[in-house]
Amino acid sequence: MSFEPKILGIACNWCTYTGADLAGTTRLQYPQNLRVVRVMCSSRINPSFIFRAFQLGADGVLVGGCHPGDCHYNTGNLYARRRLAVTKKILEFSGLEPGRFRVEWISASEGNKFAEVVTEFTEQIKNLGPQTKFKIEQ
Amino acid sequence: MSRIGVFVCHCGLNIAKTVRVSELAEFAATLPDVVVAKDYKFMCSTPGQEMIANDIKEHRLDRVIVTACSPLMHEQTFRKVLAASGLNQYLLSIVNIREQVSWVTHDIEEGTAKSKALLNGAVNRARLLAPLTSRVIDVNPDVMVVGAGIAGIQAALELANTGKKVYLVEKNSTIGGHMAQFDKTFPTLDCSACILTPKMDNVLQHKNITLMTSCEVTEVKGFVGNFDITVKQKARYVDHDKCNACLACTEKCPGKGVSEWDEGLVKRKAIYIPFPQAVPQKPVIDRDACTYFIKGKCRLCEKVCEQKAIDFEQQDTSTTVKVGAVIVATGYDLMDTKPLLQYGYGRYPGVYNALEVERLFNSAGPTGGKVTLRDGREPQAIAIFHCIGSRDKNNYEHCSRVCCMYSLKFAHLFKEKTSADVYQFYIDMRAAGKGYEEFYNRIIEEDVKFIRGKGARVAESADEPGRLIVEAEDTITGKFIKLPVDMVVLSPAMKPRADSKDIARLFNLSTDKYGFFMERHPKLAPLSTMSEGIFIAGVCQSPKDIPDTVAQAYGAAAEALTIVVKDKLELEATTAMVNPASCCACLNCVRVCPYGAPFFNEQKGVSEINEALCKGCGLCASVCPSSAIIARHFTNDQVLAEMEGLMEF
Repeated sequence: MSFEPKILGIACNWCTYTGADLAGTTRLQYPQNLRVVRVMCSSRINPSFIFRAFQLGADGVLVGGCHPGDCHYNTGNLYARRRLAVTKKILEFSGLEPGRFRVEWISASEGNKFAEVVTEFTEQIKNLGPQTKFKIEQ
Repeated sequence: MSRIGVFVCHCGLNIAKTVRVSELAEFAATLPDVVVAKDYKFMCSTPGQEMIANDIKEHRLDRVIVTACSPLMHEQTFRKVLAASGLNQYLLSIVNIREQVSWVTHDIEEGTAKSKALLNGAVNRARLLAPLTSRVIDVNPDVMVVGAGIAGIQAALELANTGKKVYLVEKNSTIGGHMAQFDKTFPTLDCSACILTPKMDNVLQHKNITLMTSCEVTEVKGFVGNFDITVKQKARYVDHDKCNACLACTEKCPGKGVSEWDEGLVKRKAIYIPFPQAVPQKPVIDRDACTYFIKGKCRLCEKVCEQKAIDFEQQDTSTTVKVGAVIVATGYDLMDTKPLLQYGYGRYPGVYNALEVERLFNSAGPTGGKVTLRDGREPQAIAIFHCIGSRDKNNYEHCSRVCCMYSLKFAHLFKEKTSADVYQFYIDMRAAGKGYEEFYNRIIEEDVKFIRGKGARVAESADEPGRLIVEAEDTITGKFIKLPVDMVVLSPAMKPRADSKDIARLFNLSTDKYGFFMERHPKLAPLSTMSEGIFIAGVCQSPKDIPDTVAQAYGAAAEALTIVVKDKLELEATTAMVNPASCCACLNCVRVCPYGAPFFNEQKGVSEINEALCKGCGLCASVCPSSAIIARHFTNDQVLAEMEGLMEF
């Protein structure tokens, strides 16, 4: 049986979550490995959420927010952008393979982009294989 | 110990086709704390809602999970069910297995497995949900309408007629928008001015409307029910309180500016009213065209003004207006067709865009309603090119919706006013609207020639100077056509106003890739936006004709009214709070908040959050190093528990 990764998504309510809904409304097909947690803003994401996701065995983590400059809360995603860039560096410094953590800006009208990103990211994670560096066996 | 009820919706076959719903309910029943799990065909229907309400009572549920469509669709519906059953509405979780599962896969195994994971996450989170109390606020009863084209005018009049006070903001010196430029409107061929100018006058006379022309919104603060909007009054250099509209100044003025109203076809004075029926009927000075502002002397207008209304020292001023709701109706621009070099717009004098042609037909236009070319000749042959920049993946993918019909109107008016041969170069004829197909049939009878093929190129005629050669492929006969004409009319794509991105930023609106404002839901909430209390109407949302625009304006007025008729409004309770025992007073929260909600309480030595200002983004919670800030409904514990649940399966 081929490897089916578990991918955690964290999406902001106003842009990426709505964009994901639009992908559904327009019946775009993408792999079902992604499980999305909805937060109000990408700035809500504490880096510890990302580390925890990998501990829980996520093979990849995808964060989605509004395009920089278009945040529903004016500047929230600008903080998210900086903080998640640092998070990515720490993850990779700690031994996680680059490519397991990704941040994308997907607006409410970009259902296509959501489906494309999920498809491409899932493929990438499949190629990387199971994530073992951070995973804590329960 | 929680008592959780799980309700799985089939949504007809929308969900049930790719998720085994009964298996999902059986799975839910095995999860800890779930005391009842059911599936039903349509959970949002009355019987579905009653089922949930009964089970809340019968099983003494203290948490409810509805596994159905997106929370953006029906979260409010099910919250009401909880509230009516005596359960706090925030003890609800929605699992989105339609938009994000059943509609994006064909594989029932995958769909069912993913649904189980999502449901497991929701059950984990539901245990930790806390009851929250909504904030109740006072509502300002006034409304602002931004943009005074036909959409803004109609919305303002409707609201004003209900007794509400309306601030109508327009950046130009007159109201009326594009509709004021038209001569006739399709398909009835009503005179545009005859149906618009009375409305413009109503706006001016209405005691409930404060008209703010030459004004722009520069800042928006606050939230639904309580917006504080800063409006910049641009300097007019004419004191409108003193001016008696005698217009002696406009006769004497030697300055020359470009007439925006006549689409640049003619010059106007530097002190001017845009057109004779402009509202207000009072002039403004165009600084860039005024001799005094350019050369430092002239002031002829000042000399002739008996009212002493001219004021060269006038400055921009700002005022702040308080309103409860806003309607944005900022309209459109035509696409600039100059970059489409194949059509020669701007290079060949015989090539016009649609709005220029509207002005040629208009009796108040540059030619007094005669159709003459820039060199004064009457055209003998005219080609009308549809879909210039619209339905074109290199420019705008959308159909601009009105071009087919106004092109037919042009053909009719050309036939009426000239003896020219008229050729329509179209891709598809789109005549969907009341009376539109009939209008199309009427124009066919008027000896207009229809060529099914997009106009490909315009070139100068080598044989006949001043004439143009248009090229196209007739896709019905398969033949390549070269046709000599005197005039080419381009029907360019409608696009949002050049500053629509700024408007979007000010009012916190989402836009599509071209800058049209996004509605909350394309079918069920077409006039609402993601920002509570901000509504949209007209072409700023997407291209549409006048009937649809007016219908939207009525709708937007009704939407705004649903807010401002209330004295009090409930706001989301999902704000942040500080646990003073763990606050380390680092002031991170104070520094990052876009709304200035957290503040440092010096007496207590900790940060606190002003709930009235908090919008619940959760940014402060994630920068709090001691986890003292709790983002209600999205607490660390709740998010982490959901993640654990999702990763378990």
